[in-house]
Amino acid sequence: MGINEKPSQLKPADYASDQEVRWCPGCGDYAILNAVRKTLADNQSDTKNTVFVSGIGCASRLPYYMATYGFHTIHGRAPAFATGIKITNPELDVWIITGDGDSLSIGGNHFIHVLRRNLNCQILLFNNEIYGLTKGQASPTSRTGTVSPTTLNGSVESPVSACELALSSGATFVARGVDTAIKQLVPTLSEAQKHIGTSLVEIYQNCIVYNDDVFKSFTDKSVAIEKQIHLEDGKPMLFGEDNSKGLAINSNYSALETVDLSKNQEHITRVLIHDIKNKTIAYLLSQMDQSTMPVALGIIYRIKKPTLDSNYINKLKTHKNNLSKIMKKGQTWTI
Amino acid sequence: MDGSPSKINNNIEEDWSTTVRFAGDSGDGMQLTGGRLTFEAAITGMGLATFPDYPAEIRAPAGTTYGVSSFQVRFGEGLIASSGDHADILVAMNPAALKVNIKEVIPGGLIIIDSSSFSDRGIKKAGYKDNPLENNSLAGLQLISADISHLTLEAIKEFGLGKKDGLRCRNMWALGLILWLFSKSTKETIKWLENKFGKDNVLTKANVAALNAGHHHAEITEISEDILRKVIPNVKPVPGKWRAITGAESLAFGLATGANKAKLNMTLCSYPITPASPIMHYLANYELEGINIYQAEDEIAACCAAIGVSYAGGLGVTSSSGPGISLKAEAIGLAVSIELPLIIINSQRAGPSTGLPTRAEQSDLMQAVYGRHGEAPLVVLAPKSPSHCFEIAQKAILIAIKYMTPVMILSDAYLTNASEPWLIPNLSKIKEFPVSFGKTQENFMPFERDSNTLARKWVIPGTKGMEHRIGGLEKDSLTGNISYDPENHAKITALRYQKIQNVKKELNDIIITGPKKGEILIIGWGSTNGPISEAQNTLSKNGMKIAHIQLSCLWPLTENLKTIASQFKHVVVVEMNNGQLVNLLKVDITPNAKSITQVSGKPFRVLDLIAKFTAIKQLGK
Repeated sequence: MGINEKPSQLKPADYASDQEVRWCPGCGDYAILNAVRKTLADNQSDTKNTVFVSGIGCASRLPYYMATYGFHTIHGRAPAFATGIKITNPELDVWIITGDGDSLSIGGNHFIHVLRRNLNCQILLFNNEIYGLTKGQASPTSRTGTVSPTTLNGSVESPVSACELALSSGATFVARGVDTAIKQLVPTLSEAQKHIGTSLVEIYQNCIVYNDDVFKSFTDKSVAIEKQIHLEDGKPMLFGEDNSKGLAINSNYSALETVDLSKNQEHITRVLIHDIKNKTIAYLLSQMDQSTMPVALGIIYRIKKPTLDSNYINKLKTHKNNLSKIMKKGQTWTI
Repeated sequence: MDGSPSKINNNIEEDWSTTVRFAGDSGDGMQLTGGRLTFEAAITGMGLATFPDYPAEIRAPAGTTYGVSSFQVRFGEGLIASSGDHADILVAMNPAALKVNIKEVIPGGLIIIDSSSFSDRGIKKAGYKDNPLENNSLAGLQLISADISHLTLEAIKEFGLGKKDGLRCRNMWALGLILWLFSKSTKETIKWLENKFGKDNVLTKANVAALNAGHHHAEITEISEDILRKVIPNVKPVPGKWRAITGAESLAFGLATGANKAKLNMTLCSYPITPASPIMHYLANYELEGINIYQAEDEIAACCAAIGVSYAGGLGVTSSSGPGISLKAEAIGLAVSIELPLIIINSQRAGPSTGLPTRAEQSDLMQAVYGRHGEAPLVVLAPKSPSHCFEIAQKAILIAIKYMTPVMILSDAYLTNASEPWLIPNLSKIKEFPVSFGKTQENFMPFERDSNTLARKWVIPGTKGMEHRIGGLEKDSLTGNISYDPENHAKITALRYQKIQNVKKELNDIIITGPKKGEILIIGWGSTNGPISEAQNTLSKNGMKIAHIQLSCLWPLTENLKTIASQFKHVVVVEMNNGQLVNLLKVDITPNAKSITQVSGKPFRVLDLIAKFTAIKQLGK
């Protein structure tokens, strides 16, 4: 943007920097980049007050492609940089761009603490269940059995669940989306941006080179309607053709199960109403087994809590001491 | 002694000074007692230096040698820059304190002990085979043995404190006795106690009673006057308001002053670590306008948050000690690459890995100068005394913002805790250096540089029309866009190097103590200033042509050091490591420099340095 330009409605393209995007053709990151630009345009975000902070990895290149302020930092540490930024200038709209390795492996510690502190920012976690930029090794979200250059006979480890970890870290906003499902992703990102506190959005992102189609079992058009549930606060948890299925608590209260309304209309009384503030249900939604259950998308959990940055700024406002006086406090003597 | 110069060896004379060491269990209040005597000496205007020495364990089992904490104060006329090689007086509250500290006492020195602690059990716990008071091991020393526990409890019995609380007043009893030895009344300490606990508080009354009892005890019992009693002479330092200051307080004040003069809000982002934490504690406690602290989840996050602070237009500071600095290395490299101001304080401890957390060493110099991957130059400064920390912190801030660079300050465990008298400065007389952020302009290029300093502009988010991206990938030397171009990489590497070299312009203040040419030039850095300058002072008074430079900028190195050094027959580099500065200097500046090193975790002793300098002089004959 030229500086003499009159303020006018910004379009998604106005949020694009002059840098050529260098992701692999067909990468899910392109779709997410478009969703982010569209979200900013929808909310008419001011480019001068927007900062994209990232770590290391394919996803973390995103700041270079935004016509806002951008800070490509070091592996795993973006939340720590973002914290320094927000406690200095809470007016800035800070977006943390990260991947599964960046935020859940090398940066796991910072991921926990930024959520616990409730820094007012957005975290977009591009989860492709693989290390892309380092050429395909298994990541902390890779499923058991994933074959990669470092797990030639299949990974023997269990994956971590980003949303569950976020919930137990004290997150105040947990949501999920799918890279190419822009129609759902944009409103989710928009809500994340508006939320006052840390908003975690886990985005299932397809790595076309090293982990292609890993999410196909629920993202493929042919199965999406049966394998995805789009959550809306206050609405019954329904999915499937003609909303013929619903989610209910199982008989021993340990997990969610699917009830088929087409077989028995009376099951509707068992179908849960999505209460965005219910953390227990949020856990159960995050834990659903993809092989037997639909994948929960949209806003899983949201509550209000004071933010770290506002606490810091409020605390700083109470700092009224004058250095000259402090230096003379305590034992002094005059000669 | 008694005001007359004391002989420290056959032909070298020194000014009068005396050193008192208080030692006891961590919970015996020795730091506090030492602090009181320091104040009593300070108000006479004496020069003084203190050195608290404490174990890394918080409350080790009572009566054990590893639980002994001590506080040494030295005061006197003339140059008092070190806290003393040896103690003239040792107060040992138990056998373990005696055992650990006895080797620190000069021959003929005075030992004051609490006899009640020398029970069979106490003696055994300290690891003595038999009673050191009876086996002639204190031969050649003077001893005041008093049942301090019993006498304290007697003195305070009317206040109804239990035995446990009552015995906490033992340190005041000992202080009373010491004050008498120095012909001081208990008046100032009583005032202080009343101020601390309140005039009518039972703790005040008990402590005052114990203090007076110790004072009276000395007066009425047979402590021969020729043992040590002396009058602290009054000397005349610069008039004004004084206080004692530790390195940690001085750094905290200096940082706050620097931020203030730069018109920046500052946040110290740190993770708790010994011995660096006091800086964070002080700043938290001061609650100064525009100054905040942030306790991060780890060392790396602390450094990254500090960089975030600077990125957003505040002054980011992070402080730590060796292990933490190692963890911060990658983030510091990023700050070098993106060229943002950052202050890093390393309170050096001794040894690799966890090492000796409460002991001092200067072995992180190479790490400071070279300890990052890639060519990643930054500025390294080192304060030489607690009060100098105040100036170095401000200088670091000035350089960091003027040159858009990280600046590392190398303090150490000794400087952090040691204290000395400090003339409280008039802050309004310190020059401001307000920062100027880059403003909205056409055709902005993030890595365009000031032709004089080579610093890029500090443009902060929120500035209209200046949106730009920075990061750790190599960048075009003007636009800052990602660049893999070989020529560009070579060019921007050279620019980053030259920018740091330009900092030399800020540091044309090499101070030589002593002649401009002669036999020996001593080069030191950091906290060794005390013992080196005392050794130089003594030797030059005794006729040696010896000069001393204490470098406060370790990187970039000043070239005129080469010219200065060429005027001396011997150049000797003194440092508490295996020879790191000497290796840096040998490359280009003083190829034939000799090296004196020590890695014991303890400061140099003046006497050892005098002996070594004298031997080097003999060499040249």
